[in-house]
Amino acid sequence: MRSVSRRALAVAFGVVVLFALIPLVGLHLPWVLPSTVNVVNSTGTLEVLALCFIFAGVALGYDVIFGFTGLLSLGPVMYFATGVYVFDITLTHWGWPLVPALAATFVVSLVLAVVLGAIALRVSGIAFTMVTLAFAQAFYYLIEDNPHGLTGGDTGLALYSTRLPGFLSGAVSNTRNLYWIALGFLVVSYAVVWLVTESATGHVFVAIRENERRLEVLGIHPFRYKLAAYTLSSLVATGGGVAYILLIGTAVPSAVASTTVTLSILIMVVLGGAGTRWGAVTGAVLYVYLQQYLLKVAAEPSFASLPSFLRVPLSQPQFLLGAIFVLFVIFVPGGIAGVVTRRRLRFASRRFDAASAPTGTLSMEDQ
Amino acid sequence: MIVFLALTFSGIALGAIYFLAASGLSLIYGLMDILNFAHGLFMTLGAYAAWDVASHLPASWGTPLLFTIAVFASVVGGALSAGLTEVFIIRPLYGRPISQILVTIGLDLAVVGLLLGGFGSNSLSVPVPLWLIEASHLGGLNLPNSDFVALIAGVVVLVSLEWFLRKTRYGITIRAGVENRDMVSALGINVGRAFTLVFVIGGAMAGLAGLLYAVVFSGDLISPTQGDSLLIFAFIVVVIGGLGSIRGSAVAALAVGLVQDYTNFYLGSHPGMAEIGNLSVVLLLALVLEWRPRGLFGSTL
Repeated sequence: MRSVSRRALAVAFGVVVLFALIPLVGLHLPWVLPSTVNVVNSTGTLEVLALCFIFAGVALGYDVIFGFTGLLSLGPVMYFATGVYVFDITLTHWGWPLVPALAATFVVSLVLAVVLGAIALRVSGIAFTMVTLAFAQAFYYLIEDNPHGLTGGDTGLALYSTRLPGFLSGAVSNTRNLYWIALGFLVVSYAVVWLVTESATGHVFVAIRENERRLEVLGIHPFRYKLAAYTLSSLVATGGGVAYILLIGTAVPSAVASTTVTLSILIMVVLGGAGTRWGAVTGAVLYVYLQQYLLKVAAEPSFASLPSFLRVPLSQPQFLLGAIFVLFVIFVPGGIAGVVTRRRLRFASRRFDAASAPTGTLSMEDQ
Repeated sequence: MIVFLALTFSGIALGAIYFLAASGLSLIYGLMDILNFAHGLFMTLGAYAAWDVASHLPASWGTPLLFTIAVFASVVGGALSAGLTEVFIIRPLYGRPISQILVTIGLDLAVVGLLLGGFGSNSLSVPVPLWLIEASHLGGLNLPNSDFVALIAGVVVLVSLEWFLRKTRYGITIRAGVENRDMVSALGINVGRAFTLVFVIGGAMAGLAGLLYAVVFSGDLISPTQGDSLLIFAFIVVVIGGLGSIRGSAVAALAVGLVQDYTNFYLGSHPGMAEIGNLSVVLLLALVLEWRPRGLFGSTL
């Protein structure tokens, strides 16, 4: 394992403390905030930030399978939805206590990930992508079907706040707690992903991405490692689902179980830079923040006076984010992290007047 | 027995539309290794082109003529959008397969977002002739005329595609490219032109599929997200049939259409099983892949 420098740890700690303090500071910030109230610790802003953290964690987990291991899975939403639904059903519909409900959620997710992952990983390449997509789609249909009235189908499933533990119930006054839970989820995910990707196992993940055949020649079975990467990223997504349902309070299939969610997670990771931890986090925060911010901008009265050929496209976050993504894929390979790495390399090569060494983060495709 | 025959017929019609959607996808994958997520978009754009043209022409021309023009518009709309996508979006990314997949995802999101902004999420109605809504009586069966149209379109496209791929110069280039792209370009043949061509052909079929799906299965209504739901089934058909194989796509499309239709009718009426048709298709995919990881007719993957 690479030793983590004290400076990096100190910076990470500082950033976490800074974000943890935000709910306590009533700083007034015009323009940049995604809610109409321009105060940093307003309920609306805290909710958006919490959503950013949740998807940052989920994107980080997805980066383990897609960025580090190089497997294009289109199934993460299934495990996110497992977190949302199993937690909601056991906790507030069946009235289980918090800890057993949480444990049940992760056990269900673990079993699903190991069984479905083992089936999907029997095939490779595009077929793997398709099988994961098909499983996720089947899961979505199941939820839509509302078996035994469990999932609420299309109309959605509410989180009964009266059955929640005290510090979580009552929407507005507890936004602060939910914000901290979301931040805590991100910190834990980051720590876990950090530990795993820097371990010997994590190096096998990267080796699978770079050259699976060579690994087999060395006598290492890639299958077990692929399944481990798949399972880890699934469990992180489940954690995100749990935090999501606590924050949002209702589960609607189109918002928590559809393939659109998977594609957004994929876009977050690619925008930030696949195969880097902070890249995935940055991409997710940027994506969710922009999505909410653009909605706020589109709702402003001055916006309605724009000519329709500008107003119509600009009022659709889906269009703007999709277009930004297309431009990024074509012109900014490696995402935000790729830009930073190239800058750093250019700087280093100028300083030492030596040829820059290639890095792993940029070479994940184009083999 | 009557019910079973009627179900079989509508399952075949559904399969014909799946074939139109999937065969282009399969060719594109076979030749270029691109999992084209924008294929659903081509279907949607074909349907919207048809609607746009038909609703701007004078109604006095009569629905049969308007519908014929709409069919052409859907083909042209799908082909045009696919051709432009290949030239301006895919071409800069040759040699970067993952980026090519990603860029089609982004394009799909962006343009569907634009359609949602421009036309709203409500469905729009395509004008169709009255006889298309009616049914024909055939040996005691009541068969919808729109199913016949889908079936005929599927067969015509399958036959002409097979003819094109086997008898014409461009078609043979494409088939050779699917087999071994490097060898074809090493022989000095311009594969880039074949890339654009498969996109245009695939897009044309997708556009037609988009319009026919609206006419046959959703009561002449089109919506910005219709292509995305159809795309999942097109993907499943392609993988079951074997990536790159047209005949595989045809067989798999029929199988998927029939399985979906039968299970929907016989099991879907039970409570909590409304989605059983879709679920059984996914199950079929899993079974086929466990048995033949390369699909029914697939040779290379």
